[in-house]
Amino acid sequence: MDLAIIVLIQVLYAVASLVIISSGLAVIFGMMKVINLAHGEFMMLGAYAVIGSLRLGINLWVAIFIIAPIAVGVVGVVLERLVIRRLYGRMIDTMLATWGLSLLLVGVVTSVAGNTTAGVSAPMGSFSVGAYSVSSYTLVIIGVAVALGLAIRLVLMHTQLGLIARGTMQKPDMANALGISPSLVYSVTFAVGAALSGLAGALLAPLTGVVPTMGGAFVAKAFITVIGGGPAILAGLVSASTLFGAINQLATFATTPVFGEVALLAAAIVMLRMLPQGITGRFFRRSL
Amino acid sequence: MTPLIETRNLNVRFGGVHATRDVNFTLAEAELRCVIGPNGAGKSTFFKLLTGQVKPTSGQILFRGQDISNMQPHEPGRLGIGIKTQVPSLFNGLSVWENVWLSARRLNSSTQANRITGETLERVGMAAHRNAIAGLLSHGMRQWVEIGVVIAADPPLILLDEPAAGMSDAEVARTAELILEINRQHALVVVEHDMNFIRMIAKKVTVLHQGAVIKEDTPDRIMSDPLIQQIYLGKKPH
Amino acid sequence: MNRFAHSWMSAALVIAIGIVLMLALPGVMDEYSLLQGTIYAVMAILGVSLGFIWGFGGILCFGQAAFFGLGSYTYAVAVINMGDSTVPFILAMAVPALFAAILGYVIFFGRLSDVYMGVITLTVTLILFNLVNSTAGPEWKIGVAPLGGFNGMPGIPTLNYPGKTDQALSPKDLFYVTMVCLLLTYLGLRVLISSKIGRVIIAAKENEQRVLLLGYDARVYKLFSFTLGGGIAGLAGCLFANWGAFTSPTIFGLAQSAQIIIWVIVGGLGTLVGPIVGSVVIQWLTTQIGTQQIFNSNLVLGVILVVFVVLVPRGIVPSLGSALEWLWHKLKSRAAAPGKTKQRSTAAPAVSASSPTTTGLSSTAKTASTINEQTA
Repeated sequence: MDLAIIVLIQVLYAVASLVIISSGLAVIFGMMKVINLAHGEFMMLGAYAVIGSLRLGINLWVAIFIIAPIAVGVVGVVLERLVIRRLYGRMIDTMLATWGLSLLLVGVVTSVAGNTTAGVSAPMGSFSVGAYSVSSYTLVIIGVAVALGLAIRLVLMHTQLGLIARGTMQKPDMANALGISPSLVYSVTFAVGAALSGLAGALLAPLTGVVPTMGGAFVAKAFITVIGGGPAILAGLVSASTLFGAINQLATFATTPVFGEVALLAAAIVMLRMLPQGITGRFFRRSL
Repeated sequence: MTPLIETRNLNVRFGGVHATRDVNFTLAEAELRCVIGPNGAGKSTFFKLLTGQVKPTSGQILFRGQDISNMQPHEPGRLGIGIKTQVPSLFNGLSVWENVWLSARRLNSSTQANRITGETLERVGMAAHRNAIAGLLSHGMRQWVEIGVVIAADPPLILLDEPAAGMSDAEVARTAELILEINRQHALVVVEHDMNFIRMIAKKVTVLHQGAVIKEDTPDRIMSDPLIQQIYLGKKPH
Repeated sequence: MNRFAHSWMSAALVIAIGIVLMLALPGVMDEYSLLQGTIYAVMAILGVSLGFIWGFGGILCFGQAAFFGLGSYTYAVAVINMGDSTVPFILAMAVPALFAAILGYVIFFGRLSDVYMGVITLTVTLILFNLVNSTAGPEWKIGVAPLGGFNGMPGIPTLNYPGKTDQALSPKDLFYVTMVCLLLTYLGLRVLISSKIGRVIIAAKENEQRVLLLGYDARVYKLFSFTLGGGIAGLAGCLFANWGAFTSPTIFGLAQSAQIIIWVIVGGLGTLVGPIVGSVVIQWLTTQIGTQQIFNSNLVLGVILVVFVVLVPRGIVPSLGSALEWLWHKLKSRAAAPGKTKQRSTAAPAVSASSPTTTGLSSTAKTASTINEQTA
């Protein structure tokens, strides 16, 4: 029984991690059809923002939920203006340019912060379930993922920004027709996506070593989750994260973490072969 | 005699749209048929069905008696169905020669393909432009190049989707001549809007409306039919 | 792409230059420089493999490093087990090719799009990295060859003369072998490109729908290109293992795949010489950057990639080629009487076996932009 609860928590945690990691990329890809391969580096910047904030004596939670998203959001706006907006519509070129940006960001951060791994200790200690103990931070991650999903839904369904966003998703010229500059919509969207990535990196900072190259481990998973999810941002994000997260975690339990990763990647390949448009290309089509 | 191509109760639905409704269409070897219909009648969809680009929801397509309803997209081409699409589909970055050569080469050796390409370009009147890059030609020329591409493979059935579109009167007449010449040895189905052009080439016309065949007759009888005139609302047959 | 680039003359020229370099360099270079030359040639082969499948086949593979790595590991494992290097050399090409064939079958016969091609190849290379990286314990071995996990496989025996295990290739011999492989690869691909199969491959990249309508099964042609590309990358991997007598999981990494893509973009997509030039330039640049402390190599490479994608998407070789051609026409028109140059605008000089270069690298941009420049 205790084991079942632990397994459940770990699976929820794996799903939640994927949701958080992929949300930024999902927003950018879902809204703009831009594949941002610098996504991992946005996360890395978020993690470094936390490290920097802690050195300045700022509270950890403030650093994670406020400083990191804003900092990375700003970086996102700058990069969007300078590079991304020249390549709209050219999906492959965008992938390549953002790959270049990712190398650039790694290089810049390495030059500034050096190559060594920095750490943030996980706050809040742990709690026990029977004979097993679980880090309480895990529950934070799960909680944030749920809150994030609800927040995205709230913004998309009940705010003016969300309405414009949904309209633009359906028809890119919609913004023009509404008298709103589409380039503004794109800038804001990219900033939001970047901020979400920064938040993700900040949240994961206490769990992984913070090093300039940490982004690489996440970009592929996020990429796969977003493509696997399909065109609907939220439904795709949630469904793909659930599927892949569960497979990852269960495979890890059955074998080793390495095979857990491999299982996730292999599942993605199989799933994409069967559903080339992603999950929400076939199911839950009209959803958000 | 087995018809060259025959469709039996052919239907295709896209979501809510019933694009092809119970179409029973038969064409004999070396027959020339025109297909007309207002926009959205399902003419291009019909062609896509015949060339395997779209799979039928129900019904059959038989080519010389063989069921081709569910083939891979390259197979109808292999069996002998060639198509000039509504929007010319060429290798825009390659030369006119290259375009036709690729078609000729599939079933012929390199030497034969060279000969066939030369002859085909003469037939469609594009020999002078053999080295021009296909993407840079005028619309009318691209149509002729594409017709050349299609006939170079010598298919028994040739589908032409609006071959005279965007052409001057002189070009239209030349295209009609070309089609009649091709018809000596190939069956053709031609989708067109220009009734003058149709009169120049066709003995039998099939009318499509909202995906279904509503009439099949000679051009003159089609044009004097009040129902057809009504469907083409405001379009005066000339 | 201009006529010269695709005539047999340009191929002959490249081969000639290659032979001259191959014969001359060992005379003028010390052993260290020769080693540098060898690795440049190895990476050039790798670059050409991607340049072919991407520039001519329209297949953007984000994980070409996977085949490179498989080639190196296959060679290492096989030669440690077998002793004589003849079979391992062949296996080093066959195994990655087989792998590419299977992967290609899944992708092309499943009619998945370009984006998914990118995701899947990226994913596969990560899977391989993860798997091989975790094989550090002594229990992880194939035959008698320990895989070594993140430590890699050191002490890989060099290629020997076929049948004579005690006569291994010297560094100078290895240089010759590598250069010969590069030249043969280049020549072989040039021949393929002007053959029927090659023309269909290029046409399928240009307009897949039309190729299908003509009765060609585009999937088979793509599978063929992809498999061939995998085999060539495997060859590069084998030579790489020989060059350093070492291989490790980083060879499967994203960084390696990114490098190959950068070489092709910088050198010129749509040519075979471009990736060779690109790989040499970038590797040279990386070594130079490594010797100084101011700029981080990731930073420079990232800037280069971004700049090239945004500003010079056609790369060095085609841009240079166009510039030279523009100059040539300018000189010609100055010499000829005015009025004679009019003919160029309607029927631009032909391309006999062309692969259209694209304005953007994206496969949706299909028209040959160079032709517009030819009318200058």
